[in-house]
Amino acid sequence: MALKIVKGSIDRMFDKNLQDLVRGIRNHKEDEAKYISTCIDEIKQELKQDNIAVKANAVCKLTYLQMLGYDVSWAAFNIVEVMSSSKFTYKRIGYLAASQCFHEGTDVIMLTTNQIRKDLSSPHQYDTGVALTGLSCFVTPDLARDLANDIMTLMSHTKPYIRKKAVLIMYKVFLKYPESLRPAFPRLKEKLEDPDPGVQSAAVNVICELARRNPKNYLSLAPLFFKLMTSSTNNWVLIKIIKLFGALTPLEPRLGKKMIEPLTNLIHSTSAMSLLYECVNTVIAVLISLSSGMPNHSASIQLCVQKLRILIEDSDQNLKYLGLLAMSKILKTHPKSVQSHKDLILQCLDDKDESIRLRALDLLYGMVSKKNLMEIVKKLMLHVDKAEGTTYRDELLTKIIDICSQSNYQYITNFEWYISILVELTRLEGTRHGHLIASQMLDVAIRVKAIRGFAVAQMATLLDNAHLLTGNTQRNGICEVLYAAAWICGEFSEHLEDPMQTLEAMLRPKVATLPGHIQAVYVQNAAKLFATVLRKHEGETDSHAAQETSQLLIDRLPLFVQSANLEVQERASCILQLVKYIQKLQQKKVEVAEEVTALFAGELNPVAPKAQKKVPVPEGLDLDAWINKPPSESESEDEKPKAVFAKEEPKHSRSRHTEVDEKELARRREARKQEQANNPFYIKASPSSQKVYDAPGVEHIPVVQIDLSVPLKVPGMPMSDQYLKLEEERRQKEKAERKKKEKKKKREKRGKERKADSGPESEEDITPAHQVDIVTEEMPENALPSDDDDKDPNDPHKALDIDLDKPLADSEKLPVRTHRPEVLKSPAEDRVNENIPQETKKRSGKETKEKKKGKEKDRKRSKEEKKKKKHKEVEEELLESQPEEAVQSEETKEAATPPTSTSAEEETAPSSAAAVDTSSAAAPESEPDEPKDAEPEDTKSSKHKKKKQKKEKEEKEKKKKKRHHHHHHHHHHHHSDAGGEDSVQNGTVEEEEPLPPMSNYSLLAENSYIKMMKEDADQVYDIQGNHQDESKVVVSVIFENKSDSFLKSMEFNVLDSLNSKLQRPEGAGAHDSLTVPFQLPPGISNEARFVFSVQSIVMPQKLKGTLTFIVKSDESSTHEKLDFKLHFTCTSYLITTPCYSDAYAKLLESGDLKGSSLRLEGINMPFHHLLARICFHHHFSVVERIDSCASMYSRSIQGHHVCLLVKTSDQTVSIDAKCDEPSLLGNVLDEIKQTFSKC
Amino acid sequence: MIKAILIFNNHGKPRLIRFYQYFAEDMQQQIIRETFHLVSKRDDNVCNFLEGGSLIGGSDYKLIYRHYATLYFVFCVDSSESELGILDLIQVFVETLDKCFENVCELDLIFHMDKVHYILQEVVMGGMVLETNMNEIVAQVELQNRMEKSEASDQ
Repeated sequence: MALKIVKGSIDRMFDKNLQDLVRGIRNHKEDEAKYISTCIDEIKQELKQDNIAVKANAVCKLTYLQMLGYDVSWAAFNIVEVMSSSKFTYKRIGYLAASQCFHEGTDVIMLTTNQIRKDLSSPHQYDTGVALTGLSCFVTPDLARDLANDIMTLMSHTKPYIRKKAVLIMYKVFLKYPESLRPAFPRLKEKLEDPDPGVQSAAVNVICELARRNPKNYLSLAPLFFKLMTSSTNNWVLIKIIKLFGALTPLEPRLGKKMIEPLTNLIHSTSAMSLLYECVNTVIAVLISLSSGMPNHSASIQLCVQKLRILIEDSDQNLKYLGLLAMSKILKTHPKSVQSHKDLILQCLDDKDESIRLRALDLLYGMVSKKNLMEIVKKLMLHVDKAEGTTYRDELLTKIIDICSQSNYQYITNFEWYISILVELTRLEGTRHGHLIASQMLDVAIRVKAIRGFAVAQMATLLDNAHLLTGNTQRNGICEVLYAAAWICGEFSEHLEDPMQTLEAMLRPKVATLPGHIQAVYVQNAAKLFATVLRKHEGETDSHAAQETSQLLIDRLPLFVQSANLEVQERASCILQLVKYIQKLQQKKVEVAEEVTALFAGELNPVAPKAQKKVPVPEGLDLDAWINKPPSESESEDEKPKAVFAKEEPKHSRSRHTEVDEKELARRREARKQEQANNPFYIKASPSSQKVYDAPGVEHIPVVQIDLSVPLKVPGMPMSDQYLKLEEERRQKEKAERKKKEKKKKREKRGKERKADSGPESEEDITPAHQVDIVTEEMPENALPSDDDDKDPNDPHKALDIDLDKPLADSEKLPVRTHRPEVLKSPAEDRVNENIPQETKKRSGKETKEKKKGKEKDRKRSKEEKKKKKHKEVEEELLESQPEEAVQSEETKEAATPPTSTSAEEETAPSSAAAVDTSSAAAPESEPDEPKDAEPEDTKSSKHKKKKQKKEKEEKEKKKKKRHHHHHHHHHHHHSDAGGEDSVQNGTVEEEEPLPPMSNYSLLAENSYIKMMKEDADQVYDIQGNHQDESKVVVSVIFENKSDSFLKSMEFNVLDSLNSKLQRPEGAGAHDSLTVPFQLPPGISNEARFVFSVQSIVMPQKLKGTLTFIVKSDESSTHEKLDFKLHFTCTSYLITTPCYSDAYAKLLESGDLKGSSLRLEGINMPFHHLLARICFHHHFSVVERIDSCASMYSRSIQGHHVCLLVKTSDQTVSIDAKCDEPSLLGNVLDEIKQTFSKC
Repeated sequence: MIKAILIFNNHGKPRLIRFYQYFAEDMQQQIIRETFHLVSKRDDNVCNFLEGGSLIGGSDYKLIYRHYATLYFVFCVDSSESELGILDLIQVFVETLDKCFENVCELDLIFHMDKVHYILQEVVMGGMVLETNMNEIVAQVELQNRMEKSEASDQ
């Protein structure tokens, strides 16, 4: 052994360590690659040795080589070996290497789970720390799931060093395993108030990251953060919190109002620039969110702008940059405040720093007006000429176009000028934005009719000089403008001075070197020009010119017929044949121009880019519906259990559908015809004239009127100009521009004169010399309101959009691998318990995961298969997922619009809310062996039931939210009240009146201080499925503080009866009272739960109780008490249990049940309301409903079956009931009677 | 979040790379080259923020860097980080290096890349700022080094 160690250390002496490796590489500069490959061979040898020191040294060297770009993933297993060394020195090397090169695709990661868990629980804090650090870099979904609980435990470690790391890594865990967010969140929230500033900062960091992506879920934390903001002195924490508020304020403007004052104070007081800057930023965010409602914050805006100006004027380039960045945010809502600093911003355009110039460019966008547009663009054009890098130049180009085209060319007064600018921009070599210029040319030419003449002339020149654009490189992006030029010249060829000339230019052999799609446009538009030329020469006695044109085409087109591009080829050969035919006709002296022109008749109108998306889906058309029946593999399995419902439903919907479809089709056909008849732009069968836009109906085109004070003149381009060189053209352009400037001067003069005449008239009021219509883009009729573009479905943060205020369900507990020392349960129960939580867990997981892309679903599915889940189960789950999705989306909708009263309340009551949250989070931990419901029924029905109950639960919660102010609510697997919507589930009820709101909270007791509301014991569950002698009932009580004082030390007590006992903590006496786990500030209500054990459930129970509490006002505090009576109805022992009609029939046939009946008179509510009431208040579910007759079912917590047959006719309702426990039935019927007598 | 931390010298030779999002090795090298190209052509008296790294990040990401003598320290961060805050953090990191190595120079980073990593691990973890207090960082680093020494002497 000793020898081995000695040998090992001798080996090490000869090994290269990291320093030697680095030195070696530096000494082999010429043949570095070769040297490194020999080193890698050495490392491979070292890794084969048993000595861990040698291995660690090798791995350390690999980490260095990885930095140089060498793939070292082949050593992944050795890295794991080094990670598992017991020595910190080596462990650290291993984890470092792992963090540098492990990722989700590394398969050996699977082997590390237990090692990491061991390290996490190591007694040495640095082992734990190193493991946490490493894990933060390579955590996978599997690791996150398996280790989430261990890390959560570390969040409460005694050492702050571990705590802060554990807190920080939770963010990574949440990203990989979103299910962990809700269980871990209460503890994370706790850490916001950790005594150690590092831990606190880490918690703030994590929550800020979470909230940035899904801010609405964190609004309830605002009061806590507000407190931190006013108390913390750590600038890091402050910056994070202030940034967070910037994200929250758009959601809650009232929060913004509160923020302004403390932020302004900070702005005035802080000396840290970083903090000042973030404060300004958040104030801006607040002002933006307020700007719609309250414009009276000009002082704050002024403060911000003023501070930003100081930043921009600072010599520190960083501050200058940030100042401009923040300024651009103000610009959106308060452009006026920014515009006054135009001088400063224009100055920044000349800055030597590109980052700053880019930021200044951004700002320019909002600073232009009709007056200064030309001036600013001229300045930018100068910059374009000076710009060195293509990136900056391209940025300038896009900015020029952005600035000019913004808000529908609002600021352009002279389109001739704009076209010249566009043409000038084509002179940029190697720009990527040729298509952008092209689309602008097209847009302007199409939408500004008055400019077409000028545009066509310019485009003709461009086409003529095409060689200058394409000259340099084939891949030059600028040649895209030729696409636009050719199209404009063709489409508006009637404006061409000399179409023949342009035609000639478009058919030059050099065109064949252009990209295919441009050639295609050339060919097509050559044909249009041809038509124009023919028409021009029509009627002339000498048809020589026309025939010459035909000959030109016949000569040149074959070049394109041979094109490799199919589009070009096809168009060219069509047109070639056409021209040949025309030539024949011409020789026979037949007039053809009319017919040829008709080929290209009709005006093309611009269509808005989103028009297609906005076409409303016609009524009755379901785009998601199957056209053919879906594959039937799943049907047989799915339908069997649901026999009654499933058989009926499809029949109904199918017949309805076909009917609707036929009617709809006919109707739609008619509508379409009508629409086409009215639509002048629909190309009809009959040839229409060229000037189709004059046709009736053109009024429908929305037209924006632009006043122009400059008379638009198409400067005639003389024929000789066509062959001018680029330089000459530019000179000519400059001349034209000078001319324009003169015109401008003239106009200004004229304006001045007018001003003198008629007082303060603005530029816009000047009577235009010409009118220019900008045709807006077409939109379909009844266009849908614009919907925001969908978020990236791949965003991992989507899965973290989880409601955090909802209390935890047991099923959400993090998976714990360690063995739990509980032997209370029988093995049979254990099995049941294991199955059920897994199911619910899967489901809750699915809820969030469903939002993710399908890939992840697949991954999850395969994982489930790995877990050896039964194939069938997986399939069933997939089938079930659909209805749940709907519920989920409903729920998220609900969450998306939080009731405003809620947040207001939570702002003032943060402490009580926090208290409840933590207590509810602690609950599932403290009683891990809480019973899971054991169902006597087969798994399928229990599954069905669960699903239904879940839905009901959610519905119920929604209702609760509406009526009561968002009570923190500890829910269980069992919610035994049925949602009123049950009747709708049958599929037979359509479009009946909406259900009236129903509440199952009833007043328990009330005095001047406090009001107690009891929820009908809705959370009933059976603790021991096999023993039928004791059950537990959970009672939810809402305490509402009605007074102006603070209520505290509330104690709740009841006098136990023989049958029902309040569950008290272990060790407490039989008469001890329970402390209510919260205090109540004035006007606040909160909910507490108490568990009772009940022996017999066949009789209703009444328990006397007392609530004692201390009323604390400013000076005095008094002891008060309130007596109440708790009423346990028999109904409260019933659990909503769905039952299938066949099972129901069997049950009735069995003859074990004893009957009873009830008649209710004078009920004048709709039948479905009646059923809903029974479902809601008495926990029944509808088995089957036929017209005014329904069968209903419920089950008691001790397994009694209760069946009802409800019939109604003329305000009389008769209920025939059967149950295996007559006294229970009698009591239930009495209670039903009472329910209806109340209304 | 910090997406990556790159340290390279005036010639673009990497001295430490730390990606908090997975990139394959060749991609990492490309990113280093691109970043070096972007950063190195900037004067020392221009601002320390840079947009437009095409390979890493996107519109939400910025490069924030500092240039010390022969070395560039580049942090690639998203909009949740404060720009000036990250500049301060780079300063804290460099000062910590200076304390741990006693007048740090490029050679220290070249020969002790692993130690630089261990120091960085105490500052940034998994892309999030862990500690900004230099004394705390130095204390933790020294305690770990001491532990390493005691293990070495045990042998």
